[in-house]
Amino acid sequence: MRVAYLDPPLERSPGGGCRRVDRGRPGRYDGRVAQPISEDEVAHVARLARLELSQAELEQYTSQLAQVLEHAADIEALEIEGVPPTAHPFPLVNVLREDVPRPCLDRDEVLAQAPDVDQDRFRIPRILGEAP
Amino acid sequence: MTGPVEAIARAVRQGEVRAVEVLAEHLGRIARTEPDVHAFNLVTSDVAGRQAEEVDRAVAEGRDPGPLAGVPVALKDLLCTRGVPTTCSSRVLEGWVPPYDATVVTRLAEAGAVFVGKTNMDEFAMGSSTEHSAFGPTRNPHDLSRVPGGSSGGSAAAVAAGFAAASLGSDTGGSIRQPAALCGVVGAKPTYGLVSRYGLVAFASSLDQIGPFALTVADAAMVLDVISGHDERDSTSLPGAQPSASSRLGRGVAGLRVGVIAELVGADGMAPDVAARVEEAAAALSAAGARVEPVSVPSVRYGLSAYYMIAPAEASSNLARYDGVRYGLRKPGADITEMYTATRSAGFGAEVKRRVMLGTYALSAGYYDAYYGKAQRVRTLIIRDFEDAYRSYDVLLSPTAPTTAFELGAKTADPLTMYLNDVCTIPSNLAGHPAVSVPFGRGTDGLPIGVQVLAPALGEPVMFQVAEALEAAAPTGGAA
Repeated sequence: MRVAYLDPPLERSPGGGCRRVDRGRPGRYDGRVAQPISEDEVAHVARLARLELSQAELEQYTSQLAQVLEHAADIEALEIEGVPPTAHPFPLVNVLREDVPRPCLDRDEVLAQAPDVDQDRFRIPRILGEAP
Repeated sequence: MTGPVEAIARAVRQGEVRAVEVLAEHLGRIARTEPDVHAFNLVTSDVAGRQAEEVDRAVAEGRDPGPLAGVPVALKDLLCTRGVPTTCSSRVLEGWVPPYDATVVTRLAEAGAVFVGKTNMDEFAMGSSTEHSAFGPTRNPHDLSRVPGGSSGGSAAAVAAGFAAASLGSDTGGSIRQPAALCGVVGAKPTYGLVSRYGLVAFASSLDQIGPFALTVADAAMVLDVISGHDERDSTSLPGAQPSASSRLGRGVAGLRVGVIAELVGADGMAPDVAARVEEAAAALSAAGARVEPVSVPSVRYGLSAYYMIAPAEASSNLARYDGVRYGLRKPGADITEMYTATRSAGFGAEVKRRVMLGTYALSAGYYDAYYGKAQRVRTLIIRDFEDAYRSYDVLLSPTAPTTAFELGAKTADPLTMYLNDVCTIPSNLAGHPAVSVPFGRGTDGLPIGVQVLAPALGEPVMFQVAEALEAAAPTGGAA
């Protein structure tokens, strides 16, 4: 599972084993926003996001995402050398509280919401590569 | 201006009217017009009935029923309510029943509010029209052929239609203020961290805030005061006590400095009637004694682009949790990857998929610096420009939305056109600042127009002070 999120991503090939995915073009950052996205790239991000697209959806999403990315090209013109990034509006970090035991969510109530449960655990289909 | 929240709470507290009677009146309105408006995913008459009876019991026994005693409130359907389904208007959460209450829900309940229902929204709060709901669109009570705005369109419509005296929404890029403008009600996005987000289903965590809708500025401030305050269950909650949002109401605006944001009044696609109303609003504040001037906040024009990198990036991460394992929908698959893919492909609507893919792309190696990293730097520029402006002005003024309510279906085929609705509201989310939309007259089509008051972080008191002056000067009433 984990390896699917490495980059360049490793994908299971039809014959088993893994191969590097061809991303189409190098994503080198040269200070310019890239050209609009290709169908191959949309198919790639859909796989990463665990979404299955029909060919019609792939074409539609590609043109729509390209439009948004083209609009985003306006930030290209900005002088941002030396400007620090903001990840969060206020610099609150490492917010801690006293470690005092307290009631947690009711286990039966939580498990009652799960699609499939085995004893007190969430039950899932087999993990890739393991025997059923 | 006394609104229904103040009026109902006072009457119920003084025993002039019973909470169950107030509730019956609102449920009656829901029964009559909700089939046309579709503001709710679920009307919670039973819950509301029990709450109203408890309020009446408290009054009868001489106990304090709370500041919002008997006030019917609607909750956006991404606020967790224990024992009551919470869908985010998504198939992926259909049937899910949260095992806990959001902190805002607990605070409203303790204040004596009565929950009439869970309101419709764009799926996972992604949209500006409430058309991206898995359960069908909400319609604008002022004109049923028009959208109510979004993503909190159901919450805005519920107040405009008189289904509730107030409601809660969430605002990531304008999702409270834009529907408030389109439905002719007051809608406020508080300072980031002022209101606990424990139990708010996350969209973009560095931007999301919960806030109130109401018919009047004073009502909105009153509801905000009930829901705000530190919560140790939200690590982004601001520590310490903050001044009441109502603390500067009734003071007028004489001597205040107001800047009208030139880049937003002149934004691409700004309708002339909307821009004209903002100028009228500025003139009204000036006539009331404020010093009003145009001001340039140059980087806000890049807000939209930065937002549509940052918000989808955070969403793509937040929505990874919908995997069919612990709650909600599961579609079968031979192995876990197939199960994930089948579940997410069936459970998410088109707009959510679009944003998840956009965000996944913006975060992927090779593009991270060009898109997400750059957008975060733009965010810094916007904060700096606001800081500069607030050295000279107490509040800033702008349109809330570029147009009045548009026709259903007018923008669904073209996502970018839909995104442009948020051009005036996004900068406040990127900065973490509060902003409120106040109804200010109507457009040439007779539909409501909202004017936005922006304030610096924790500037809610002065923001509502100015909003109240605009309300008093507004050419016509707001609600339907």
